[in-house]
Amino acid sequence: MARNGLEIIEGLLEKVEELSGQNVFACYQCGMCSAGCPLTDEMDLLPNQVIRGLQLRDWRTMESNAMWICASCFSCQVRCPKGVDLARLMEAMRQIYLRQQLDHVSIDDMTPEQISKLPQIALVASFRKKTG
Amino acid sequence: MDGLTYFPGCSLKEEAKEFEISAMAVMKALGLPLIEFERWNCCGTVFSLTEDDLMHQLATIRNLIRVQENGSEEIVTLCSMCYNTLKRSSLFVNRDKERLEKINAFMDREQAYEGKVEVRHLLEVLRDRIGWDKVEEAMTHSLEGLSVAPYYGCMLLRPREVGIDDPDNPTIMQDLIEALWATPVEFPFQTECCGSYQVVDRRELIVERTHRILSSARRSGADVVITSCPLCQYNLQKTQSELKETIPTFEEMPVIYFTQLMAVALEVDSGELPSPLLAGLAIEEGVGNGER
Ligand code: SF4
Ligand code: SF4
Repeated sequence: MARNGLEIIEGLLEKVEELSGQNVFACYQCGMCSAGCPLTDEMDLLPNQVIRGLQLRDWRTMESNAMWICASCFSCQVRCPKGVDLARLMEAMRQIYLRQQLDHVSIDDMTPEQISKLPQIALVASFRKKTG
Repeated sequence: MDGLTYFPGCSLKEEAKEFEISAMAVMKALGLPLIEFERWNCCGTVFSLTEDDLMHQLATIRNLIRVQENGSEEIVTLCSMCYNTLKRSSLFVNRDKERLEKINAFMDREQAYEGKVEVRHLLEVLRDRIGWDKVEEAMTHSLEGLSVAPYYGCMLLRPREVGIDDPDNPTIMQDLIEALWATPVEFPFQTECCGSYQVVDRRELIVERTHRILSSARRSGADVVITSCPLCQYNLQKTQSELKETIPTFEEMPVIYFTQLMAVALEVDSGELPSPLLAGLAIEEGVGNGER
């Protein structure tokens, strides 16, 4: 089940709730979050499916790429009729990886040309979001 | 002369220099100059979204302490990402005194942060303190005939508690465009994310976003797109050449900072304008003959 060495810890759902400060069960699956998310084309689970997976304690959710595609744009957060902050849930899920030293991007995988082409605002933000 | 306590952030000293140059010139012309405070540091660009993470609030709070040391109760930013991060961080510590105490105890070389610094975006200052009528009065070169699409992106508007305008139907940049006698162009993608930092490891995703966003602006009749975010500006401007390689019919669209548009209208230093198209339109030929 665990991929890339992710340890599925006891009480993962509780951990996600604690880190995010969100009640996963507040969601009633209306799909507003997914309807407005600009990046769903690339996601293998829609944002509302991610939260459903959490509700069901289906830990395959943790293998979804959605948390890494999410750009913390907060479209879902301003539109959710139940006040669920899905961007925070995505961050909590990323943090579970990152706090186990499982980084999602690495400067070593990038060529000097790639790095020099990118503005520092993008690099700092990306490394803040995808490394521990 | 009064001035604003200004937080530049890293981008404005590097790839977004023209943002700072134009903003400085515009605000000087409007009589409320931007005054950079000493010893600011990078805000961290993104607000940490986990409840227990105080470590990533240090950089932002340290900036607010520097402002407090200066005897100011306001910090003004140009970059949308700095704005969002500083503002959310200030709300985060003000909401829970225990957090603030912990952070203050940790940063023992600095003054304790008292929680009083207001974080504002320059657009708010223009709207609420200077007023669009004053902006219009200061204009010497009308932009009549130029169609401008405002691109708000995410960080100016969301989440609601830090948004400078309505998250779904913002008007603040439209109002600015009208004050300069240009034509605001509304388009459906104006508040939709450009893909942000995903440009680092998923650049193709940004190229696709650029295509959608700018084609929509083009179809709506825009000559130019304005933004207040250096990352949006980079993503939307710099991926256009890559886009043209795959989609040769794509028509390029200049993406500039709102302060550059203002600088053209106020005839002050706009910094480098990215496209000969805009430079030609606005300056050499003179949009609307520059008469008013
Ligand atoms: S918008 Fe809110 S309630 Fe609706 S599916 Fe998404 S998280 Fe659940
Ligand atoms: S915050 Fe993430 S999940 Fe929510 S709309 Fe934006 S990209 Fe999609």
